Amino acid sequence: MFDYAWLLFAFPALGALIILFLGPWLSQKIVGWIASLAVLSAFGVALALFASLYALPEEARSITITYWEWMTIANFSVPAAVLIDPLSIMMAIVVTGVGGLIHIYSIGYMDHEPRYQRFFFYLNFFILAMLILVMSNNFLGTFVGWEGVGLASYLLIGFWFAKRDDQYGWYADAGKKAFLVNRIGDAAYLLAMFIIWSSVGSLTYAVVEETAALLPTTTLVFITLLLLFAVSGKSAQFPLYVWLPEAMAGPTPVSALIHAATMVTAGVYLIVRTGHLWDLTPIVAQTVGWIGILTAFFAATLAIVQVDLKKILAYSTISQLGYMVAAAAVGAPGSAIFILVAHAFFKALLFLGAGSVMHATDGVIDVRRLGGLRHKMPQTYITFLIGAMALGGIPLLSGFWAKDAVLAGIAADGAFLIYSVGVVTALLTAIYSFRAVFLTFNGKPRDMHVYEHAHENKLIMVGPLWILAFFSITIGWFNTPFALAMEEFLSASTGHQEHVGLFLELVVVTISTIVSLFGLLYAWARYIRGEHWTLTLASWFAWLQPALDNKWYVDRVYDAVIVRPLAAVAGWFARVFDPKVIDGAVNAVGDVTVDAGEAVRKLQNGAIPTYAFSIFLGVVVVLIYFIFAG
Amino acid sequence: MALSIPYLLSIITFLPLLGALLVLVVPGDSAKKWLAFGVSLVTFVVSLALLLNWQDGMAEMQFVEDVSWFAPLSIRYALGVDGISLFLVLLTTLLMPIAIYFSNLFVHDRIGPYLALMLLLETAMIGVFLALDLVLFFVFFEASLIPMYFLIGQWGGQNRVYAAVKFFVYTFAASALMVVAILLVYFSAGTFDIVALQGAQLPQTIQMWGFIAFALAFAVKTPLFPFHTWLPDAHVQAPTAGSIILAGVLLKMGTYGYLRLAMPIFPDAAAQLGPVVATLAVIGILYGALVAVMQKDVKSLVAYSSVAHLGYVMLGLVAMNAVGISGAVLQMVNHGLSTGALFLMVGLLYERRHTRMLDDFGGLWHSIPVYCGFFLVVAMSSAGLPGLNGFVGEFTIMLGAYNYMPIFAVLAAVGVILAAWYLLTAYRKMAQGEITKPENDKAHLKDMNFKEVAMVLPLVLLFFFIGLFPNYFFDKINPSVEAMVGATPAIVAPHASDAAADDATFTGGSSQSADKGGH
Repeated sequence: MFDYAWLLFAFPALGALIILFLGPWLSQKIVGWIASLAVLSAFGVALALFASLYALPEEARSITITYWEWMTIANFSVPAAVLIDPLSIMMAIVVTGVGGLIHIYSIGYMDHEPRYQRFFFYLNFFILAMLILVMSNNFLGTFVGWEGVGLASYLLIGFWFAKRDDQYGWYADAGKKAFLVNRIGDAAYLLAMFIIWSSVGSLTYAVVEETAALLPTTTLVFITLLLLFAVSGKSAQFPLYVWLPEAMAGPTPVSALIHAATMVTAGVYLIVRTGHLWDLTPIVAQTVGWIGILTAFFAATLAIVQVDLKKILAYSTISQLGYMVAAAAVGAPGSAIFILVAHAFFKALLFLGAGSVMHATDGVIDVRRLGGLRHKMPQTYITFLIGAMALGGIPLLSGFWAKDAVLAGIAADGAFLIYSVGVVTALLTAIYSFRAVFLTFNGKPRDMHVYEHAHENKLIMVGPLWILAFFSITIGWFNTPFALAMEEFLSASTGHQEHVGLFLELVVVTISTIVSLFGLLYAWARYIRGEHWTLTLASWFAWLQPALDNKWYVDRVYDAVIVRPLAAVAGWFARVFDPKVIDGAVNAVGDVTVDAGEAVRKLQNGAIPTYAFSIFLGVVVVLIYFIFAG
Repeated sequence: MALSIPYLLSIITFLPLLGALLVLVVPGDSAKKWLAFGVSLVTFVVSLALLLNWQDGMAEMQFVEDVSWFAPLSIRYALGVDGISLFLVLLTTLLMPIAIYFSNLFVHDRIGPYLALMLLLETAMIGVFLALDLVLFFVFFEASLIPMYFLIGQWGGQNRVYAAVKFFVYTFAASALMVVAILLVYFSAGTFDIVALQGAQLPQTIQMWGFIAFALAFAVKTPLFPFHTWLPDAHVQAPTAGSIILAGVLLKMGTYGYLRLAMPIFPDAAAQLGPVVATLAVIGILYGALVAVMQKDVKSLVAYSSVAHLGYVMLGLVAMNAVGISGAVLQMVNHGLSTGALFLMVGLLYERRHTRMLDDFGGLWHSIPVYCGFFLVVAMSSAGLPGLNGFVGEFTIMLGAYNYMPIFAVLAAVGVILAAWYLLTAYRKMAQGEITKPENDKAHLKDMNFKEVAMVLPLVLLFFFIGLFPNYFFDKINPSVEAMVGATPAIVAPHASDAAADDATFTGGSSQSADKGGH
């Protein structure tokens, strides 16, 4: 089977090419199905590869296939090669599996979109880039996918490039911002590769892993800090998370696929893939743990106050990514991938649910105008509720096991402070999850006009919701604390994670259960029953309102400290320094030599004589030099 | 088994000149157009024989022709091609038919002389890349000035005379310095032979002065910050085909000259002054990009982006290790393709709208989607998206620079962010947003037709080919670069030579360097 691994890339590539060249002559449905089939075929390949890998003994589950030497100069060499191991194949399954469902859903969701050809072309291109990202056996190959998904993200956020509204401004600007902020991280990624190659002499993960222990600590710290920066761009962590909320300008299936389930987890994948580097730099790993958990916390505080359903989910994604990043760095990489997989299912479900609502309400997504939709859209309601329960960490659903694994892993690592922030964040998570459900689907309709027009969607959209809902419930059962099947399988890539002791495990599970149920209770009491005590409780935090309304002022600070000064400097260069100072000096020299007008005449009349004279002058000077020097 | 053609290099060099003469003689505009295009196309096809007959792994000059030209001064007519010049020659012969085809479609004024000048320019440019004799090199180098001067001055925009004169005087003044330096080299080493001069080990003072003169000439041509201000003027005023060739090929004469002459003939001076050049290169990367962001005229924006891109090329050369230099050689080709394509795209739009101001556009993705699709690919190639050509060059250059002095790589990496900034800003203003002017809507604006796609497509296919299989190029570039790095000790270990350089400082080291020269 491994001989056919290239099919994994060939299918989405072929799909994209067919749509690019034949798309104009095909209907929306056919284009959509071509795109979906391309991804589902890749999913089939991924499953087959998984089976072949699983059939091998554990220590043999790492297959490298080199397709060609990509670039070679002297002793520098990078292959175009894939690494098939539990980690990469798990990622490939999620990308193509969830991706395939979202493709199918999009056939229904984008049924009125005239530029469907372009949309599905971008989606297939994204899948291709994402597969390159996770399958490459070296840093540089991953970087190809890394920037490729960035391009897809840019194109899809700005898909409606002529649209603007109060929420996002120009949609095209949101896409541009995403690309540029990501490029900051990418520059750090580049620098990390320079250091790695210069100190290790290879960019292949396996070689770097072998030699990492021999590197001086300073080098390792530089490498991991730079990678951290790259991760914070792609996986929307502090300080580079600012692009993700605005990325919601893209069509909702895009938010589900790229900005929730797959692309944004690339940073987590990178940390896990390079886990040995982080193990060797505990200081940086601790920093990452803190950045992750604090990002999780602050994003959760913002998720609670959002009124746009997609923005709630966007901040929630940042928050969940924070958990993943923290776990990946703080000694629980297997758990990080576990929550990554679980999150891919339930967050995709939630986004597609939100999309289902948008599709039914003609684009209304402001929860202040929704409410009571459970009567109109029962299937969307139930599946959305399942997603919210998984996200909120209600016991027995996937999110519960995943978050529990992460928190237990962090606690077992002795990082109790990080753990406690994680618990508080879990409470906030439960509250905003159910707030979103209750405001949208429960209670009375707040805008009758919207309510009247709402309707349940067709099977092509609801079907994927049910499939995702199924996995949002069950995927956790593959990895309960008592049977860590997924983490065992992954351990060939991630290294064996320490088992959490039974007592600690029970304490963590109990706390998690209490916290999530209290969150549910609070949301229910406040948003359905409107009970007084909930408001009293909320009023204790009223002083935070201005900060929350201004998104903790981060965007403003960036604007004032970086964006504006840079633009001012560039403007001064372009308007004053270049034309007046540099070019002014050039022209002044010209004026001193000959009057400009005269120069024009001289040149037009006799360029060649002037030229000959200059050469003659040069010869004379040199001759004089040699006569006197010799 | 490839067929071997005698005097291949001379044929490639002078076929366009012959074409230029014929174009002047042949009656009728249509015949002139077909003839010029045909000659440039044949030149391209013939130049492909270089690839077919290429000896892989060979570092030395290939296809060498060498006859005496002016015996008393032992000036020779010597041509040859190695891994460093191979793809620059092919770049020239590829871009020229495209530029001529574009001109045939859109230039109507005095087409005969125009095409003759283009072909004359091609001969001069190819000659620069093939010449193995300093005098011959200089003749071609200067000869390229004249056709470009007339192309800008006669067929340019409103302010063409100022731009043309500035272009001519500026680059000419710089190369006048080079004449002096060439004679300096000749009297010191006794030969104009470029290959022989590589191991000449000239005395320190000669090296210093010679390097400064050569470097200045090439810095203006490249252009290196702060000698760049002629470039935006020249580009904005030049006709489209002129811009394609100017950015695509002419600027590379600067970087090529630096690599072929300034570095190997004056290795010690090059090593000593390397940090200065690298600093200017990095300033160019950042400064060019920042100024580009603020431009309102697309051509001006692309011109400043060239300052930034050629900053990368210079940085790779100055790094003086194989990775940096091979990367820089490939990046010269990449920049020629990407920026050539950018100017081509801008030209296509200008012919439709007769404006290049970004504010005059907006929402073009609605009206001309094929054009905008191509523009995006070209912009991404220019922005160094991995998988496309520009990335390979930039990455290896920065890697080489990191191994030279890390700080330069750090600053150059910032340039990668800025490149995305100006390109996406331009794209945002042109293609995205709403259509605000009726001239830009579907009814008034035609999308690219078959002929126009045919011009851009070869370039776009090359973006992908170079991006995915750069080793096809590196396999041919590397041997020559590695030999060069090995042949001049100062290049292989810049830090080691610092010690020697410390002894022989610029002012006080003449006696010691004289010893060196005596060996």
